[in-house]
Amino acid sequence: MSDQVPPSGTSQEQRSRGAFTSRKVFILAAIGSAVGLGNIWRFPYVAYENGGGAFVIPYLVALLVAGLPFLLLDYGIGHRYRGSAPLSFRRLGGATAETLGWWQVGICAVIAIYYAVIIAWAVRYTFFSIDQSWGSAPDDFFFGEFLQTADPGIGLDFVGGVLWPLLLVWVAVIAIMVAGVQKGIGATSVVFIPLLVVAFLALVVQSLFLPGAAAGLDALFTPSWGALTDAGVWAAAFGQIFFSLSVGFGIMITYASYVGRKTDMTGSGMVVGLANSSFELLAGIGVFAALGFMAQANGVAVDEVATSGLGLAFIAFPAIISEAPAGAVIGVLFFGSLVVAGITSLVSVIEVVISAVRDKLDLGRATASLVVGVPAAVVSVLLFATTTGVPILDTADHFINRFGILLVAVVSMLAVTWVYRDLDHLRDHLNRTGSLRLGSWWLVLVGVVTPAALVYVLIDELRAVLAEPYGGYPTWLINSIGWGSAVLVVVVALVLARLPWRRTVDLSAPPEEVSR
Amino acid sequence: MSTSAIVMMAIAMLVLWGGLALAIRNIARTPREEPTEVHRDL
Repeated sequence: MSDQVPPSGTSQEQRSRGAFTSRKVFILAAIGSAVGLGNIWRFPYVAYENGGGAFVIPYLVALLVAGLPFLLLDYGIGHRYRGSAPLSFRRLGGATAETLGWWQVGICAVIAIYYAVIIAWAVRYTFFSIDQSWGSAPDDFFFGEFLQTADPGIGLDFVGGVLWPLLLVWVAVIAIMVAGVQKGIGATSVVFIPLLVVAFLALVVQSLFLPGAAAGLDALFTPSWGALTDAGVWAAAFGQIFFSLSVGFGIMITYASYVGRKTDMTGSGMVVGLANSSFELLAGIGVFAALGFMAQANGVAVDEVATSGLGLAFIAFPAIISEAPAGAVIGVLFFGSLVVAGITSLVSVIEVVISAVRDKLDLGRATASLVVGVPAAVVSVLLFATTTGVPILDTADHFINRFGILLVAVVSMLAVTWVYRDLDHLRDHLNRTGSLRLGSWWLVLVGVVTPAALVYVLIDELRAVLAEPYGGYPTWLINSIGWGSAVLVVVVALVLARLPWRRTVDLSAPPEEVSR
Repeated sequence: MSTSAIVMMAIAMLVLWGGLALAIRNIARTPREEPTEVHRDL
């Protein structure tokens, strides 16, 4: 019984917050969070656009010097301070630091609201794949018949074909959240992540047997060595690693707070980080093999069909599905994978918000899940189940990723390192139980190298949006939805951090486990 | 596929998939520490 946590207010709090029952469940949940839509539809094109095979080098460098060290920082904060992002930061640095946590929570709330609708589209497309409902013009079908896209604006013309699947997604997600950390998030990941890997492997194998697949892989992996001297390519690699790993905006802090105190966090982090990149590579192979087939079928070069994001998933892939042998199988595997990868990521994003509300108000799991989930679902439906949803989604996603996630990540890292000077302490904490020993090199990477790289990426992005309006959208949309959401989350964070905690919540850092 | 493309694909696979295999082997070797507290998700 010597392993028992000393009786204190904190240990009582740990008991009531919920937890993953094993390291395996935590690792699967963390992989579920990291592996999302970006792995499937962003990585392949980013790699292709930024030097092809040569991109492997900056990508691996970014993973090793920024991605994995940053992931361990998040793990260290959540595992040491054992709370949601606001509570962990409060325990780390007091009331001002708590603002950083709420900033991360606000960003997660914005993301959850629009992320759900993409999953809803993928649900519909899984079924559309069976009879290839998009006919011969997937582009017109997606924006016209399916989404009924109107000019940019904010309206309340609902699209039934989006509304119902979106409600279904929210009901499923809220049910998972009510079920709790282990029985909801953990159980979903334990079932869905192996399923995702098997389904995607089947998709990749089938794509590799399509005629033209080799030409697609050739386009993806042929190195263009000149790219290595281009700073933009290095920025793309750091950006891809950063966005793909789900680091810096509260998710990994929250999940790490649900892990047993003696769990090997550094060893677990290596598995999560490498699993995320491994899946990304698999996605690159599958997507470009399929694009190679499409190029050959249309008698064009791969660069004419290569694309990313919504265009890849909802326009290029339907075209591939229509032309490929056993296209319906490819379609169900591809869109089914998007749904599964999306759900496990959405669950992690919304858990950041639920966990924070639970901690601050000392609410029960079911109450907090409903207090957060229902309003999020309502806003999500009002904004994105309408004919004006796409431009809002595109703008919010672009700005909150760059001037939300990226910015809060840099500020948090710099604050933890240079203002609160907690990095040494977090390293010692991780080293207590970690199988990978973190030396001074980790302090340098997290305190200097990674923030410097991310600041460069941030400046690059800022320059791009200032040079021309993003996506050619009207200024009012960019200002209200784009900059508006990025600023709003900061204002809300400043307010929430000043509200009092329930007296039952212990705001002091929990005692370190006595090492044996 | 060109030789250079095959080499770069092989390097990416070796480092990422091989690295993942090593990382899994590493944690499988370390003792599994389950939470000692009785967690209730109230």
